[in-house]
Amino acid sequence: MDFVASFVLITPELQLTAAGLIFLLVAAWMGDKAARGLTIAAAAVFFVAGLGLIPALHTGVNGPDTLAFGGLLKVDSFALFSKALIYLAAIGCLLVAPAFFNSEAAGSEKGMRAEYPVLILFAALGMSIMVSANDFMSLYLGLELNSLAAYVLASILRADTRSAEAGLKYFVLGALASGILLYGMSLLYGFTGGTDFAGVRAGLTGELGTGALFGLIFVMAGLAFKIAAVPFHMWTPDVYEGAPTPVTAFFATAPKVAAVALTARVVFEVFGAQVDAWRQIVMFTALASIVFGALGAIGQENLKRLLAYSSINNIGFILLGLAVANEAGAASMLIYLFIYVAMSLGSFTALLMLRSDSGDLYETFGDISGLAVTRPAIAWGLLFLMFSMAGIPPLLGFYSKFVVFQATVEAGLVAFAAIAIAASVIGAFYYIKFVKVMFFDEPTDLVTGKSGAAHWAILFLTAAIISPLGYLLTPSLSDLANKAAGALFLPV
Amino acid sequence: MDGFPLLSTMMLVPLAGAIIALFVSANAARWTALIATLVTFGLGVMLWIGYEIGGAQWQFTERAELVAGFSYALGIDGIALLLIMLSVFLMPICIAASWSAIQKRVGEYMSAFLFMETLMIGTFAAQDIFLFYVFFEAGLIPMYLIIGVWGGDNRIYASYKFFLYTLFGSVLMLIAMFWMVATAGTSDIPTLMQYDFPTEAQTWLWLAFFASFAVKVPMWPFHTWLPDAHVQAPTAGSVILAGVLLKLGGYGFLRFSLPMFPQASADFAWLVFALSMIAVVYTSLVALVQHDMKKLIAYSSVAHMAIVTVGLFSFNVQGLEGSMIIMLSHGLVSGALFLCVGVIYDRLHTREIDRYGAISNNMPYYALFFLLFTMASIGLPGTSGFVGEFLSLAGIYQVSTTVALVCTTGIILGAAYMLYLYRRVAFGPEKNEDAQTMADITPREWAMMVPIAAVVMWMGVYPESFLAPMRADIAVLDARIASATPESDSQLVVGAPKAEAANAVPYEAHSEDGAH
Repeated sequence: MDFVASFVLITPELQLTAAGLIFLLVAAWMGDKAARGLTIAAAAVFFVAGLGLIPALHTGVNGPDTLAFGGLLKVDSFALFSKALIYLAAIGCLLVAPAFFNSEAAGSEKGMRAEYPVLILFAALGMSIMVSANDFMSLYLGLELNSLAAYVLASILRADTRSAEAGLKYFVLGALASGILLYGMSLLYGFTGGTDFAGVRAGLTGELGTGALFGLIFVMAGLAFKIAAVPFHMWTPDVYEGAPTPVTAFFATAPKVAAVALTARVVFEVFGAQVDAWRQIVMFTALASIVFGALGAIGQENLKRLLAYSSINNIGFILLGLAVANEAGAASMLIYLFIYVAMSLGSFTALLMLRSDSGDLYETFGDISGLAVTRPAIAWGLLFLMFSMAGIPPLLGFYSKFVVFQATVEAGLVAFAAIAIAASVIGAFYYIKFVKVMFFDEPTDLVTGKSGAAHWAILFLTAAIISPLGYLLTPSLSDLANKAAGALFLPV
Repeated sequence: MDGFPLLSTMMLVPLAGAIIALFVSANAARWTALIATLVTFGLGVMLWIGYEIGGAQWQFTERAELVAGFSYALGIDGIALLLIMLSVFLMPICIAASWSAIQKRVGEYMSAFLFMETLMIGTFAAQDIFLFYVFFEAGLIPMYLIIGVWGGDNRIYASYKFFLYTLFGSVLMLIAMFWMVATAGTSDIPTLMQYDFPTEAQTWLWLAFFASFAVKVPMWPFHTWLPDAHVQAPTAGSVILAGVLLKLGGYGFLRFSLPMFPQASADFAWLVFALSMIAVVYTSLVALVQHDMKKLIAYSSVAHMAIVTVGLFSFNVQGLEGSMIIMLSHGLVSGALFLCVGVIYDRLHTREIDRYGAISNNMPYYALFFLLFTMASIGLPGTSGFVGEFLSLAGIYQVSTTVALVCTTGIILGAAYMLYLYRRVAFGPEKNEDAQTMADITPREWAMMVPIAAVVMWMGVYPESFLAPMRADIAVLDARIASATPESDSQLVVGAPKAEAANAVPYEAHSEDGAH
């Protein structure tokens, strides 16, 4: 394998690595006063790395030319699509951060830390490796690089006990999940004699043996943990609530994309010949995530916790597309991911805008009562985002559910789709509670703080994407998603 | 007019108004809404004039491939034309009814109504099944806000119930739509109306659509959201609910369930009949004991809509035409009755029947209109209610005498609860001083009442104007479902007609007598 070609393939990862290392030095030498500049520079790096993806993304690439480093990495359309989405989400999470960390909301540690952009860069680098992994070893390396950066990000407000608690919980449970995943990988290695995806796939022919089946189940469980699917979702509400809000926004978007993409690649490329073995697991997980995500959210008063349950609920719908186990299903899953990222980013940005004069964040339903009277722009933005999450047309959230359910029904899983869509009505309950509190209740007039231009820009942009105008994006979006999904289903 | 996108224009005008109304002052929002709805009504009149009776089945068609996997296809037949006319006719009246009753967040209120109008026109005009779903479902957002923000004391409960009930009904329909489109290979409604789905699949598809439309109509026992929503909604909200939103269910049966699944419709006719018979008797009795005027009218709506559903499933022309006329008539009459309640509610701020009494003394003109609409609701000949109920009951009789018998009691019970209501409100002893000092209707209220009263009389005296546009479409539908028509228990025998009319008098005898 030509090493130069391999390095050309991983250009974006090289850019992120170089930027991460340089920024780390800058942060060490200059301290926190460089934080603002580094944040903007990091966003620019993501932007440039993302721009570099566009030509290949547009033409669509797959096949042997996309293998790098002797098959450790596979930079095909699917990887490119996921990377583009991850970088977009990372830019959003970088831009909303300074206003939060520089206000009272950050508590005694007021002031943006220079580590934040560096950690985001390394996390995104890990995710890039995850989505292009073509070997269980590179998969694990990427996953751990991402996770380690994420543990630190969760506890970046060291003096805040909630943040520290979130970081610790995330670390302990994440390590457990990594262990489960590793155990599954070692079983698969033992029964097939390989760690590369093609090799494991070749080793798993016909009926699965007990050992290989256990390997599959452990791998699936570890991945379910990373995407926070029921029954491995319990860490999500605590971590989302405790972590600083910009970090929560990051957790809800970019790592989700990476973990879902990774899961899709593993089930299709490694276990592609044993669809029946994992489909029932995915179906159960999907339905359970939809139902428990929705039920868990109903009693919540804290908005971040509620959005955590909402993300579990959304993962359920994404897994529907996975359970379909064909190209259309995978494409619908990618479309859903894109729209989900826009909705989550918008929702968390809106939460970041619920500030008092001194910059304290409001996080409960009681605080945003009557927001439509006092801050109509934020309230209308949230109204659109919530109805979109609930999948009410004509907002774009409807389109995401539309494509997923269409793929499910066309694959013949009609009863499965009917149960899932009926359960989605439970979810609508808490989304419309947002609207009820903001529009129907008496105003409390707590939210008085001004928001920065970056927040307004992101809220406006995401609202525009999920508004009916977003349908203008759908032709190119489905084109890209189809190319990406096609790369997963190459004949072996 | 050829090629001018009239339907799109009718949807764009209220949409533009909705956006403008959000950003202007209260008074400007009122005027924006009134002008936008009147312009739309004017366009609607052009639509009716331009509609060629006996012409192509689908007229004013527009088609553009949308980017998202379904096409933007619009077009109307006579059935859709009449329902669109009903919507655009009621809208300016709703705006007028809210003129002074709504004082808080006027811009948002008017915007929600205008947005609603766009969606209603879209629902009736959509020719793509997914486009229909988008419009059908999107109506939840403005209606949820209308009930929740401007409704009565228990508005939160009512708005939740309305939203979740209707959402649950519709999502199953969406799954059925996916299956149909995947099977038939097209999302074009006119094509799907001619497509023969396998019989066993029809059963499931019919049930999925039924879940949605039965909630929308609403049929017993899925009706419980309606009294809550009606009572808590502001007056104009009730008018739109009763006038147009309930018609979406009936329209759905006409457009989807019957032509797309004729066999399943015939198989499940007994279910519709049974639920409707219960609804007619039960909700009429419930209406009889209400103390809240709006609740009474809401229950009467359920009873009237039950006659619509039996008429639709009678599988003959009379029943189908009758159901359409009841839907139009009920839209006008119950809308008008809610306006009548709104008029006195604005003055006394209560819907309690006992708080009124003998108001015909101090509000004679009001009492006159109220009486007219009461009579129309009962179905007095000469009003629109009679035409519809007579036709659909005649249609039902051809299928089942039992069902016809039970449903006819609805008319008697209807007379009971409506006249009882009228007696308690307008006549009787003068028991409440404040009710006796209410002023009669203002010019604004005249302007709301007179057009509805005129159309109610028009439809009662000369229903041909309303039957003509839809006759051909009903005939097409009847032909489509003819093969599945269930056997009748009426055993009708068509006798040989007599050579002369029964009351004919021999002509020659008279002329000879006259010579003397």
